[in-house]
Amino acid sequence: MVNANTGSFELEDVSVAYGNEIAVAGVSMTVPPQAVTALIGPSGCGKSTLLRCLNRMNDEIGGVTVGGTIRLDGDDIYAKRVDSVELRIRVGQVFQKPNPFPMSVYDNIAYGPRTHGVRNRAELDAIVEHSLTRAALWGEAKSFLKKHAFELSGGQQQRLCIARALATEPEVLLMDEPASALDPISTQQIEDTIAELKDSVTIVIVTHNMQQAARISDRTAFMLRETMEAPAALIEVGDTRTMFTNPSDPRTEAYITGRFG
Amino acid sequence: MSIGSLIDSRDRSGRAAIRRTAEAVASGLIHASGWAAILILAAIASFLLLNASRALGEVGLLTMLTGDSWYPTSDNEQFGFVPMMAGTAWVTIVALLTAVPLGVASAVYISEFATGRVKEISKSIIEFMAAIPSVVYGLLGIALLVPAVKDILGLDTGLTAFTAGVVVGIMVLPTIVSISEDALHAVPDALRQGSAALGNTRWQTVLKVVLPAASSGIFAATMLGMGRAIGETMVVLMLAGNAGIIPGDPFVSVRTMPGTIAAEMGEVVRGGLHYSILFATGLVLFAVTFAINLAADLVLERQRKRWGR
Amino acid sequence: MSRVKRARMMESLAKGIMGIATLIVVGIALFLLGYLAYRGAPSVTWEFLSQAPRKAMTEGGIHPVIMGTVYLVLGTAAFALPIGIMAGIYLSEFAPRNLWTRLIRLAITNMAGVPSIVYGLFGFALFVMSMRLGVSLIAGALTLACLTLPVVITVTEEALRRIPRELRQASMALGATRIRTVRKVVLPAAAPGIVTGSILGLSRAAGETAPVLFTAVAFFAPMPSSPLDQTMALPYHLYIMATQAVRPAPHVVWGTAFVLVAGVSIINIIAATWRSAQRKKIKW
Repeated sequence: MVNANTGSFELEDVSVAYGNEIAVAGVSMTVPPQAVTALIGPSGCGKSTLLRCLNRMNDEIGGVTVGGTIRLDGDDIYAKRVDSVELRIRVGQVFQKPNPFPMSVYDNIAYGPRTHGVRNRAELDAIVEHSLTRAALWGEAKSFLKKHAFELSGGQQQRLCIARALATEPEVLLMDEPASALDPISTQQIEDTIAELKDSVTIVIVTHNMQQAARISDRTAFMLRETMEAPAALIEVGDTRTMFTNPSDPRTEAYITGRFG
Repeated sequence: MSIGSLIDSRDRSGRAAIRRTAEAVASGLIHASGWAAILILAAIASFLLLNASRALGEVGLLTMLTGDSWYPTSDNEQFGFVPMMAGTAWVTIVALLTAVPLGVASAVYISEFATGRVKEISKSIIEFMAAIPSVVYGLLGIALLVPAVKDILGLDTGLTAFTAGVVVGIMVLPTIVSISEDALHAVPDALRQGSAALGNTRWQTVLKVVLPAASSGIFAATMLGMGRAIGETMVVLMLAGNAGIIPGDPFVSVRTMPGTIAAEMGEVVRGGLHYSILFATGLVLFAVTFAINLAADLVLERQRKRWGR
Repeated sequence: MSRVKRARMMESLAKGIMGIATLIVVGIALFLLGYLAYRGAPSVTWEFLSQAPRKAMTEGGIHPVIMGTVYLVLGTAAFALPIGIMAGIYLSEFAPRNLWTRLIRLAITNMAGVPSIVYGLFGFALFVMSMRLGVSLIAGALTLACLTLPVVITVTEEALRRIPRELRQASMALGATRIRTVRKVVLPAAAPGIVTGSILGLSRAAGETAPVLFTAVAFFAPMPSSPLDQTMALPYHLYIMATQAVRPAPHVVWGTAFVLVAGVSIINIIAATWRSAQRKKIKW
């Protein structure tokens, strides 16, 4: 169950290489627990690549090597004895495009718990209700739990995916541009959900919408790939308000004032 | 709290261990099945070789491939493959002459000119032809084509290489149409638009741009059709007449390699020389079709790489 | 005549010729099917489908022959589906991009091109002789399974590849293993394509004669009571009836041909319709 003060990441000199090509280099930062950390930067700057290091989803792509150290609550998640399956129970992910499974709303949310051995119907019912409530979908969804997930609207599907990720009670939720495929109203709902959630779960969100980062995040990290040859790097990380009002790096200032990106 | 101890406590039961074992077994089976194709292909080659070894030893491959008479059951038995290789060649030539012009023209029409329902319907009807069993083609040939060939051409018998070739040609039509059409379809539309923008008509575009670009695929379609024609058994068994002569033209009864195996396998002494000879025939058939299919596959592979699909 | 006009004329001419070629091909197909129906359909009665042959195949029905083919196809499915589907899963979900995988693919495409009579020889040598199964239902089913395997593998792999990658990622991000992801998410989503494609492959096996010629069939045999019995089968029955010097009544021959083609077609059409209905329901 959720334990206060867990779900913090420390990244130390993290680099990612695809084959021989280094995509991201030298990222050191901390992700504080129970807060929203936004990764911003122009497209191709390695935000999503870095995000996928945090639940080791990069493992699933052949030929990716991750260097440096990433610690979750003090433990190196790339240590040999760590099973990526166990890690992903603690670190959930929501993807760019809503990707519900082709099954009922209920089965979508029960998928994670069932995968990890929950069989009891009453327990599953409780998890489904709790997860949907946290994702602000229970009010609408309780009447169509048995419906096929594809019958939901795009915004509802994405909140279903959030609920699905919450069902394993993760300490951290990674979100890769979760609202980029949605209309403004659905985006608003997702942002509200994130604001609700951050008291109970650490959120790391990738976005290239700076207004969104400013609205919802407590901490912001700005990444940039300065030339096509150089790997992407972390330019600046800090308190969101400070970053947006008084950035310390001229490149950050140039980006957030819209001079490029 | 270390990550090792962080597996959800709900999953700490014995069931998890059972499930992990089951998954390991499933994973093992899946990996093993991946090899099934290579295993079976190797088994086919080795069993043919094993059973043909007596023939290869006693008669010799060269003698078989160059021998011009096939008297497998006479006292002075002779096992020359030339009559049946020539028969198979005539059937294949007639089949390709029937199928390639018709098939490629249809593929061009369906891919480049036909639209909407016409395209859809003709595609599914031609695809449907592939579902008709070869023995039914043989029956239809006996009923419709054999008497026609006999009467129109004034032959002693309608059971000829020509008759079998035409029917085999009809049988391989769907293969040739669908693979040629795939090849034409794979040509990027940008090329067509580029040609049209230069003031070419649709036909000029097809002739100057699309067909050359798809030529390797159409060639592969022809090769695959040829492989199927060489290996087709029932139609030639029923329609080619099975006479053991070396044919000079396709309008006589011929014996083919697949037809010979099918007709004689039931009557030979198991383990005898004739039996072994039939396996040697199968081995030659296997080697020839394998080489043809391999070549076609390499051509198609190159085409796929070229268009990046 | 202007160049443009000439080009336009050439175009009409070429289009006409190719249109006629297509018409010929389609016409041949329709004529053959029509002829088959004309000769065969009238003899298909309930009696024809449900009774055993009488009076040297001149009267009665072809029930045991139909059942023989049904048993052969079921046996083929029992061997070809598990191995073929697992091999398809391997290629789509597990196979590394290396030389071995390329060789496996090459083997599969080449297996599809091996002549059916060669499968017959192979089946005889391996299943009938070496494995001592004799000329039997099971030896024929195993032989047909080898022939059907490449179809099953190919359709499985293609159906699995149609499933978006995002679904696999979502499942793995929830901590599911690769195997569980396949079993719970990918395979159910791909099932319509796999089932339909496999049925098409199996229906082709139903019409094959050469592979069962020396592995399974007899012209006249009682209904098989065990997998080790010989069996009758529609294609072989048809072959013998069509080529024997003393021919049975023509209505039996054409009725048998019609039953074979109609059976194969009906199954194909049902399978294809079901698949397209499923695909309309789920759009990625």
